[in-house]
Amino acid sequence: MTILKTLRTAVAALVLATGGAWAAGGAGYVEDYDFSFEGPFGSYDQLQLQRGLKVYHEICSACHGLEQVYFRNLTDPNGPGLPEDQVREFAKNYFVADDSFGAQPGDTREAGLPDQFPGSALENAPDLSLMAKARAGFSGPYGLGTNQLFKGMGGPEYIASLLTHYTGSEREEAGTILYGNETFSGGYIGMAPPLWGEDVVFDDGSPNDLESLSKDVAAFLMWSAEPKLNQRKHAGLVGVLILGLLTVLLYFTNKKLWYNVKHRKE
Amino acid sequence: MGGIPHDHYEPKSGGEKWLHRRLPILGLAYDTLMIPTPKNLNWMWIWGIVLTFTLVLQIVTGIVLVMHYTPHVDMAFNSVEHIMRNVNGGHMLRYIHANGASLFFIAVYLHIFRGLYYGSYKAPREVTWIIGMLIFVLMMATVFMGYVLPWGQMSFWGATVITGLFGAIPVIGEPLQTWLLGGPFVGNATLNRFFSLHYLLPFVILGLVIVHIWAFHTTGNNNPTGVEVRRTSKEDAAKDTLPFWPYFVIKDLFALALILVAFFAVVGFMPNYLGHPDNYIPANPLATPAHIVPEWYLLPFYAMLRAITFPIGIPFTDIIIIDAKFLGVLVMFGSLAVMAIAPWTDTSRVRSGRYRPMFKWWFIVLIIDFFVLMWAGAMPAEGLVPLISLIGTIYWFAYFLVILPVLGIIEKPLPQPATIEEAFDADHPIESKSAGTTAATPAE
Repeated sequence: MTILKTLRTAVAALVLATGGAWAAGGAGYVEDYDFSFEGPFGSYDQLQLQRGLKVYHEICSACHGLEQVYFRNLTDPNGPGLPEDQVREFAKNYFVADDSFGAQPGDTREAGLPDQFPGSALENAPDLSLMAKARAGFSGPYGLGTNQLFKGMGGPEYIASLLTHYTGSEREEAGTILYGNETFSGGYIGMAPPLWGEDVVFDDGSPNDLESLSKDVAAFLMWSAEPKLNQRKHAGLVGVLILGLLTVLLYFTNKKLWYNVKHRKE
Repeated sequence: MGGIPHDHYEPKSGGEKWLHRRLPILGLAYDTLMIPTPKNLNWMWIWGIVLTFTLVLQIVTGIVLVMHYTPHVDMAFNSVEHIMRNVNGGHMLRYIHANGASLFFIAVYLHIFRGLYYGSYKAPREVTWIIGMLIFVLMMATVFMGYVLPWGQMSFWGATVITGLFGAIPVIGEPLQTWLLGGPFVGNATLNRFFSLHYLLPFVILGLVIVHIWAFHTTGNNNPTGVEVRRTSKEDAAKDTLPFWPYFVIKDLFALALILVAFFAVVGFMPNYLGHPDNYIPANPLATPAHIVPEWYLLPFYAMLRAITFPIGIPFTDIIIIDAKFLGVLVMFGSLAVMAIAPWTDTSRVRSGRYRPMFKWWFIVLIIDFFVLMWAGAMPAEGLVPLISLIGTIYWFAYFLVILPVLGIIEKPLPQPATIEEAFDADHPIESKSAGTTAATPAE
């Protein structure tokens, strides 16, 4: 027990020291943004995923990794659906460990289609691959769970809210600057406001105000966390319809079968 | 098989006779399928089939998942993501398996509370009940170890907290905990043995399910009236029963299909609703989640564990006999033990709650208590939550240890129907041929 106790004390000290930067859940204010992939029939908006990828690439990737996503995934028609040639060129912006024959440890090379996005560049910047599922924007009320039931788990809403709800206040703690944020649990976050609006310019002239950019990157991160969402909803719908049909047939079979037992004649 | 008199299998063709003399397997299948079943069973008697189906579903999806999973602390989390992203249909397999655990527990709780209300645990079905309780405990162990396998934050910290309970046992606690974990803390050895046991235990459960079915096929099903099927003759028994096939097979399949519609809606449209977001963060021994909670189905028992915040000692001294943590562990396991001994603490000779006017109310409170404890288990232990948990825990124990014994003595039960046939016919009066309306002719 003593080892555990020591471990826990160490952990508690560490968590306090890092200002709770790792702490999950327990979100503050989360805006219920609308996304195209909500509800049983919702699916990803391909153009939004492409815009979100651009935001991730130009802003987030400076610090945050996306390890679970492969560059080949960007060609997925149920994802960003970019042409293969374009993705091959795009991948060259990233460098991965070179494991080819003759390479020295520490050598890097340009990434290609079969490679994964690199991990985080900074120690305290978490990988974003699964962030949209690792955070819950909605919970309660009073631990009953009805909010998630009607609004969804709220991962992408949490991300978009976090990016749009910096308060502008700053605080210094143990040599680090923390930034006021209404969404982040505890009210102060170690990440400086990454988006201000108009940080990224889209070729098609899509709106690039702070809220649009935040929603685009949140949608992209939802895709990176749940790339099979479209297929899953389709499979669920087919399952519900087929089993629904089976249920109706069995209902009438059962009714007919029991008719003479339950309806006794004189 | 003993029990209710009915027609047994008679081999007809030469081939059947040849096989029957050597291995009476067709006879076993026939007698199992054609077992006389009380014809008044209501919709609460469908959960057995749902549970059997879910067990098979979990075993089949689990076996396929294992083909793609890697039980190693450095690779487990990523191998699960590999299943979610690269394995054909892997995301559906995993979501079915994860939500299948919830379906399993919804069904088992309804099954258990059905038994508690209709007195299915009473003589002569005590053995069926005890085996059922063993299955339930094994299910909890299996689901707990399965939850550790994705090696997310909640996997790791859940395993740390729950195995820590064994450390609370005096004297042998710490060595026992080390032995269970395969080391001083949750690590690769723990993950490997949990994986091994998570694969093994479902087959133990499958074996116990067969014994569970064997036991109640020997005593016959209980039914909503709690009145036994007449065994005086085959003809009398036939008036109270119908063969399992086709009447109950079709009925149960209808219910199962309906439940699966809801199940696939959850898997397809909200597969993470019952999960915890923290488990999508890789396990990190250096970062404790803000709030460690088990999955919903373990919450009532977790609440009882946490409800105990005081030790037992000798009054007016500092001598502690059982410290608070160990007492909590005892209470948690005790909450299952008191359920298991219900056949002997319940003194009422009336089985069904239908004919027990006082019991009904205490039973409803028990259901409410169960949900209150589930809620309390999910909340942080602050404010009123510990007090509510404690009251809930006291009621849980009181129900089995005080209320059930006392009610049997002070309660005046309502008259029961003489036979199942009588109860069934009262619900389904003879229809007059001419009028086509129900209700048997008064006024003549």
